[in-house]
Amino acid sequence: MTEAEVQALCRIIRSDIIKMIGRVKSGHPGGSLSCTEILATLYFKEMLADPALPPEMRDKCILCKGHAAPALYAVLAHRGYFPREELLTLRQLGSRLQGHPDMKKTPGVDASTGSLGQGCSIAVGLALGARLKGTPQKIFAVVGDGEMQEGQFWEAMMSAVHFGLTNLTVILDHNGLQIDGANDDVMCLGNIKAKLQAFGFEVVEADGHDIGQLLAAYRKTTEKPKFILAHTVKGKGVSFMENQAGWHGKAPSAEETEQALAELEA
Amino acid sequence: MSILNIRGTKAIRVAYGEALAELGAERPDVVVLDADLAHATTTCVFGEKYPERFFNLGIAEQNMMGVAAGLAISGLTPVASTFSIFGAGRAFEQVRNSICYPHLNVTLALSHNGLTVGEDGGSHQSIEDISLMRSIPGMTVLVPCDAIEMRKALRAAIDHPGPVYIRVTRPPAPYFTEDDAPFTIGKANTLRPGADITIIATGLMVYQALLAAEQLVQEGIEAAVLNMHTIKPIDRDAIIEAAGKTGRLITVEDHSVIGGLGSAVAEVLAEGSPARLLRMGLQDCFGQSGTPDALLEHYGLTARHIAENARKLVGDKQ
Repeated sequence: MTEAEVQALCRIIRSDIIKMIGRVKSGHPGGSLSCTEILATLYFKEMLADPALPPEMRDKCILCKGHAAPALYAVLAHRGYFPREELLTLRQLGSRLQGHPDMKKTPGVDASTGSLGQGCSIAVGLALGARLKGTPQKIFAVVGDGEMQEGQFWEAMMSAVHFGLTNLTVILDHNGLQIDGANDDVMCLGNIKAKLQAFGFEVVEADGHDIGQLLAAYRKTTEKPKFILAHTVKGKGVSFMENQAGWHGKAPSAEETEQALAELEA
Repeated sequence: MSILNIRGTKAIRVAYGEALAELGAERPDVVVLDADLAHATTTCVFGEKYPERFFNLGIAEQNMMGVAAGLAISGLTPVASTFSIFGAGRAFEQVRNSICYPHLNVTLALSHNGLTVGEDGGSHQSIEDISLMRSIPGMTVLVPCDAIEMRKALRAAIDHPGPVYIRVTRPPAPYFTEDDAPFTIGKANTLRPGADITIIATGLMVYQALLAAEQLVQEGIEAAVLNMHTIKPIDRDAIIEAAGKTGRLITVEDHSVIGGLGSAVAEVLAEGSPARLLRMGLQDCFGQSGTPDALLEHYGLTARHIAENARKLVGDKQ
């Protein structure tokens, strides 16, 4: 798939996200729309992610900000892990598509996540495991900025550098917003780049909605564990959701769903 | 004749470290994690033999639980250790969500729990760990009573699919169980039969229960002693059978009576076979500093206390 094709697919994935959340009237649209390119570029351009490969051969993506599950599910469906029609069962009783990623239920989900701060530790364990087994597996962890307020996140960062995990890439979906408002107002994260550099990461900045920039960041070689500071827009692609903290965990009404889909499919 | 065949003294945590290092040779998939307590938990023995499979995470227990989960997902068999108060307490939600929710093959062998932590005091004496771990769906909870049983528990845990908590204790303690005694998860071991009362004990309290039974037999009271090495899944059949045979039961644990062995037994009795039950353990209070022996005496968890309670219960015709 070319970069332009991935870019085009992201519009369809955004429509899927809105349809899923709108139809079932539950879910987190803002953070799903902000990490769409991050995930699509991973699964369609960067990772060994062919569902035909045995799981131990595939690269791993840990969606630490598990509330963005609709984005992950849409990407996995397009990647061929399960039928796209199943997306509309999101969050419904008996569905394989739980509110937050569940590795026991959903094909292609690499870890059960969603309780913030825990995913990066799991990614560190996977990276250690891959190194111990001598496999060339690459491990990616996608985190939210609000999530960085969890102490465990920093414990995980400390250990990634301590163990020299060059097979680990942490990607920050930096949209600047969390449920209660702007990161800076709720609990200021300070200079994220300087903090991660001080921890010992190679920090690479990218426009988190630009496939080319993301790909260049994913492929940049480094001797250190890598941290990609991806600048994103919460609610990206839907005019009335963009940069609005209020759309963190609110489902659009039927009317809003139609309006969002009209914008995305225009 | 003595019902106790004491063959030596060894801390259960020391037996754990030895057994872990032994397993390291047989099982290249076993990896060990610790959080800056490797000398106290004795995982350092494994670490010295297999440094490439030993990960010290520093004083960061929450991260350690997630790293263990990641190692398990990658197909390895992690065993993680720290003190119970930090592993089961501080990192409870990481154990629940990162390890147990996806039902991963992680063994948590957490040491230093109950009053027998001793001098470090109440802040470090975990008396809620059995309760916390028992409440998580799919978690197995093992409490070995001596060094010999510890070795068996570790092997059983590693072979068991899904997460297992092993309560590893600190102080030197007599070992008395037989080398060939069976250890089956979920199956209590009857160490002594008796028609008058049943003492159900777990961990280091099993020894005290046997000493109590020795005292009681001299007074003509026949006390059965059940070694409840598995708190979850609890051996319902053994409890109901004991209730039917003796009608009176005492549970003894170095743990809060809320949520631990006493609660587990009470749940079975209330639903299956109501009987007279007395729960010995921490009575909804914290411990304090002192030697383990002084603390067990102060909080009423010695053979003498068990025997006194048994006498009262047997004498009480109600």
